[in-house]
Amino acid sequence: MSNTVKPRNAGEVEEALRWALDGDKALEVVGAGSKRAIGRPSQTDITLDLSGLTGITLYEPQELVLSARAGTPIAEVEALVASHGQMLAFDPLDYGPVFGKPAGQGTLGGVLAANLSGPRRIKSGAARDHFLGFSAVTGRGETIKSGGRVVKNVTGYDLCKLMAGSWGTLAAMTDVTIKTLPKPETEETVLVLGLADGVAIAAMGAAMGSSCDVSGAAHLPAGVASRVPGHYHGTAVTAFRLEGFEPSVAHRKAALQQIMRPFGALDALTESRSHTFWQSLREVGPFAATGAAERPLWRVSTAPSKGAEVAKAIVEKAGAQVIYDWAGGLLWVECLPSSDAGAALVQRAVAANGGHATLIRAPAAHRAAVDVFTPEDDGLAALSRRVKESFDPKGVLNPGRMWAGV
Amino acid sequence: MKMPQADADILARRDRIVGALRAIVPGEGVIHAEREMRPYESDGLTAYRQLPMVVVLPETTAQVAAVLRYCHQHGIKVVPRGAGTSLSGGALPLADGVLLGMAKFNRIREIDYENRLAVVEPGVTNLAISAAVADEGFYYAPDPSSQIACTIGGNVAENSGGVHCLKYGMTTNNLLGCEMVLITGEIVRLGGRHLDSGGYDLLGIVTGSEGLLGIVTEVTVRLLKKPETARALLIGFPTSEDAGACVSRIIGVGIIPAGMEMMDAPAIQATEAFVHAGYPLDVEALLIVELDGPQAEVDHLCSRVEAIAKECRSVTCKISHSEDERLLFWSGRKAAFGAMGRISPDYVCMDGTIPRAQLPAVLNRIKELSRKHGLRVANVFHAGDGNLHPLILYDANLPGQLERAEVFGADILKLCVEVGGVLTGEHGVGVEKRDLMPVMFSEIDLNQQQRLKCAFDGKGLLNPGKVFPTLHRCTELGRMHVSGGKMPFPDIPRF
Repeated sequence: MSNTVKPRNAGEVEEALRWALDGDKALEVVGAGSKRAIGRPSQTDITLDLSGLTGITLYEPQELVLSARAGTPIAEVEALVASHGQMLAFDPLDYGPVFGKPAGQGTLGGVLAANLSGPRRIKSGAARDHFLGFSAVTGRGETIKSGGRVVKNVTGYDLCKLMAGSWGTLAAMTDVTIKTLPKPETEETVLVLGLADGVAIAAMGAAMGSSCDVSGAAHLPAGVASRVPGHYHGTAVTAFRLEGFEPSVAHRKAALQQIMRPFGALDALTESRSHTFWQSLREVGPFAATGAAERPLWRVSTAPSKGAEVAKAIVEKAGAQVIYDWAGGLLWVECLPSSDAGAALVQRAVAANGGHATLIRAPAAHRAAVDVFTPEDDGLAALSRRVKESFDPKGVLNPGRMWAGV
Repeated sequence: MKMPQADADILARRDRIVGALRAIVPGEGVIHAEREMRPYESDGLTAYRQLPMVVVLPETTAQVAAVLRYCHQHGIKVVPRGAGTSLSGGALPLADGVLLGMAKFNRIREIDYENRLAVVEPGVTNLAISAAVADEGFYYAPDPSSQIACTIGGNVAENSGGVHCLKYGMTTNNLLGCEMVLITGEIVRLGGRHLDSGGYDLLGIVTGSEGLLGIVTEVTVRLLKKPETARALLIGFPTSEDAGACVSRIIGVGIIPAGMEMMDAPAIQATEAFVHAGYPLDVEALLIVELDGPQAEVDHLCSRVEAIAKECRSVTCKISHSEDERLLFWSGRKAAFGAMGRISPDYVCMDGTIPRAQLPAVLNRIKELSRKHGLRVANVFHAGDGNLHPLILYDANLPGQLERAEVFGADILKLCVEVGGVLTGEHGVGVEKRDLMPVMFSEIDLNQQQRLKCAFDGKGLLNPGKVFPTLHRCTELGRMHVSGGKMPFPDIPRF
């Protein structure tokens, strides 16, 4: 299990895949390994470590485009674009702290393979929406490319979408190209204090349905609000981020405050405090590993209006804590330890309300025993398996990481 | 354009097939008289025409499933069609194929303001979605120029864009879910009302798949709040280099306009003569920059863009002061295609994307190609995202002109790829660019894309002859060709 192959270039990745195919070996594909503990534990023979494929190969700020080898640290990418007043607008989520590791450890390829998007997803789209092109070695040992370096492209199937969120089960990416965007001139956050979860959902819906163009809408119930920077002890916090040009932010802030006044007491976070707050959410900070007994952590995506119902169904029975992001459409649910990591309860709540749940943090034994990804209906599951086979017929890449056979 | 050989056995069974389809879709839903099938013989790419074997217009998902199941069982090809506005021949029928028209799926099933989405049938037009939610101040963002006629199902198939996709994205960035029928008749649901389902992003693959993977029978789209206001600037430049520099400078300072369109001198002159939008006639390049959002933001950005334009040697700059004036600025650009029809009997619209910095070089090369092929060309350009629409003017009645126009067009697209761009930005590959795919993709790339098709459509019955220049059987594609055999010492390779 601990044998590792660390290619230095794309050619060596292809060689490694061919070697694995020849020898009927299954590979665990990792970048920096920061998300290694997510998914069903795979039965693999060798680790294919892509962290040696590093380097930003193209960055043209005025063309809003950046290419890099897949193993390039995400921190390096973010630092470079920041130095040119730009950002990765999808706010790459950082799972480091959730697993008791420092933030900023992942690779660009890993962020894309897991389609990691943070709070700004509701305004700017997901990682998949900023993913323009790639080269990769498939489970057939063949190097393919798709997409390009331009934003507008409908030439052939949009394989970037398929690679985003495929968790390394289809192909090992070697080179990727993403879109960059200008960093907003300024940001502020409007807070509404003391809202019950259901009311907060309504408040977030009102903000999203307004012209205030919020780039973050999150609700932290009292129990978790005390765990983000800002020290809101004993008070629930509903937060709205406004970003853009100074006059625009001022105008929208006034408009948003007017909408929110009937909901509850208002407060605000100015630029640097706002930045810290959303950075913490981007790392799911309140549910960072504490070193004590590991509590299961679920990521649930649902229709925003259903957020409170889904949460209620879980919290009442499991004593869980919840963070609402994406205006209620994304729930982070930390359960108390139990024999199934809360799977039955979470999956039932999702089945009743629509959506998807992924078990992000749990002991390997639990991840092997329960549905880590919400099971698909039969027809869709069969289609997903055929898609997997079309790229990786022998199941050499992260076999079974998402579902059995995928 | 070579299309797959018609299957004589299928054609011989035509009457029986029509009868079977009638049993599934009763009444006027099955059309087989030649005269009545004429309207379906072509789409927006009118240079190619072909009567289908039969036209079927189902009204329910169950009918779609039954038609596909029947076709799958009997090995009959199926070509899907929305409103037939494709500019790449995506809906071009096959002589031995069923043309499956989705026009009767024209209801908006649900508007959910709470979650800011609409659930619609695929035959609903793009503009009808925005119209249905306008009273509440919402809209559906992608706005292809055919939006009055094109359907959302067709938009999904083509991943349609529009002038505002620089800021708001293409179709793929504005979808939440769909219901789709596979060629076997199986019905699957992709996505839902939530963002980013776990599992493979099959919705992302189906979007832009040009009708090769399945028939979409319901679409869930995201709705956005309409910006409070929008203003446009009309800026003239002495050279395309200056205009290109201005576009880069605007983006460089952090402004992402809602739309940013460029026209070259031939396009400006033709459209101005047609609609009198007040375009300056003594400039080499004209830029329309649209800014939207709250009034305070738009006013602020208008003055910043105006200042940037001056720095970039603009010779004229007008800022719209009313909605009427904004629309007037756009009227020329929106009428560009019609204006070409006025100065030339025929034209073909190309659709490559290039890295923006390459624009002046590409425009110069297009001028050279225009001289070489002896055909006029006018360029309109989604300048913000590098999507170039050269309009090649020709006369189909003059022998050899269509062929020359096609070669000219192919040369332009090859040029786009050569400078780091792609064959198509928003119109799709269809039949038009099918044979150019090897310019951009290796055989290995194309085979893998076709293997993905096999996962959806193992018999290759859905829209064959589109997108891929060479058709392969799925069994042939599925074989593994691993070289080398077993390694004598299966230890770990040392890199």
